[in-house]
Amino acid sequence: MNDTGSTSMVRARALRKEYGKEASLIRAVDDVDLDVARGETLAVMGPSGCGKSTLLHLLGGLDRASAGEIWLAGQRIDQMSERGLAALRRDSVGFVFQAFHLMDELTATENVELPLLLAGRSARVARRRATDLLEQVGLADRSRHLPSQLSGGQRQRVAIARALANEPLVVLADEPTGNLDSEATLEVLRLLDSLHQAGQTVVIVTHDSRIAATADRLISMRDGTFVDDTRLTGGTTGSLSALAGLEG
Amino acid sequence: MQQEVVLAMLAKEPSHGYQLRARLRQALGPVGEALNDGQVYVTLARLEKAGQVTAEQAPGQSDKSDRKVYALTAAGQQRVADWLSEVAWPRPDLAEFHLKLIAAAAARLADPIAIVDAQRRELLRRLRDAQRAAMAEPDGSDAALLLEGIVLRLQADLRWLEACERNWTGRKAH
Repeated sequence: MNDTGSTSMVRARALRKEYGKEASLIRAVDDVDLDVARGETLAVMGPSGCGKSTLLHLLGGLDRASAGEIWLAGQRIDQMSERGLAALRRDSVGFVFQAFHLMDELTATENVELPLLLAGRSARVARRRATDLLEQVGLADRSRHLPSQLSGGQRQRVAIARALANEPLVVLADEPTGNLDSEATLEVLRLLDSLHQAGQTVVIVTHDSRIAATADRLISMRDGTFVDDTRLTGGTTGSLSALAGLEG
Repeated sequence: MQQEVVLAMLAKEPSHGYQLRARLRQALGPVGEALNDGQVYVTLARLEKAGQVTAEQAPGQSDKSDRKVYALTAAGQQRVADWLSEVAWPRPDLAEFHLKLIAAAAARLADPIAIVDAQRRELLRRLRDAQRAAMAEPDGSDAALLLEGIVLRLQADLRWLEACERNWTGRKAH
């Protein structure tokens, strides 16, 4: 096939990641094909060790595949140089991690500014954009707080604001609510939903069924392969009243 | 006793009435304690009448239901296959779903994991609908509270499916 992958925001073909050698060889990702449409929110679920985090790292250029091809917005990224990949991660991909990965000594605003400054924006532009983003995630009044002064949900919202700083082509989230209680999960849930409404392409790897249920589409992964790929939109047979036990 | 469950317990092989009851007892443990043997035989008699089960009396044995050998007819087998592929809702009955997985695996009629996947898809679709509806309601409203109840129930069902998946994946590996 001579396909440039231009119709998908994220495209992978025969993607594979192996660890170890010979008898102890593990295929964490085993010949996977994937297309994520522009504006789509995709959730990937599966038991621990099924390869879902590895997949996310490959898609975002955090890790190199053993074989296969990856495109981001029509651009082939699996053959990029280290320098090219670093620029890609900074400018085109927004990462959200379970453990937030904020800089402890920087304020909320400074954390969000960081990728903007690294991308060469002026201090003034970076400050304005960071202020806007923190307002967007509902943390305008926490902008001067250090991460240690924020709750878990607030930290993750700062991390999401940071992920959005350079208007990434895709946001990749790895267990974004893994460290959060149910109240904070709800905050992140609403935020992810608003990203979705705004047309952001998002890939979320998660154990949390609530987060998965914000997606348009769900892939189930086991032993490095996709065992199920389903649209969650439309096709619902049960009405809310039936769910509440009002009829039937 | 639900007819499909009784049929499914016969899917692996023809069985005596007492074997069938033993299978149910083992699958259900204390949950099945309240199960009345009479109910099982009433159900079997109905299924026989409907042409989904045959009941043969072993020669020289009394006509006690316990001692008869029950087997599925083609119609009975079809009904089990339909039941295995159907996704139960509303209010999925835990025991029914549990027995479905056991019957599917015992008779090698379907992959229990595939049944879990199908159920999960349906539950996640409903969770998506309920969650969207909940997020659209103002915080603290009566409607939001009810929707939260639906969301929590669906989450509980989904967690149980995870446990089913782990368990049946483990059994397959052995």
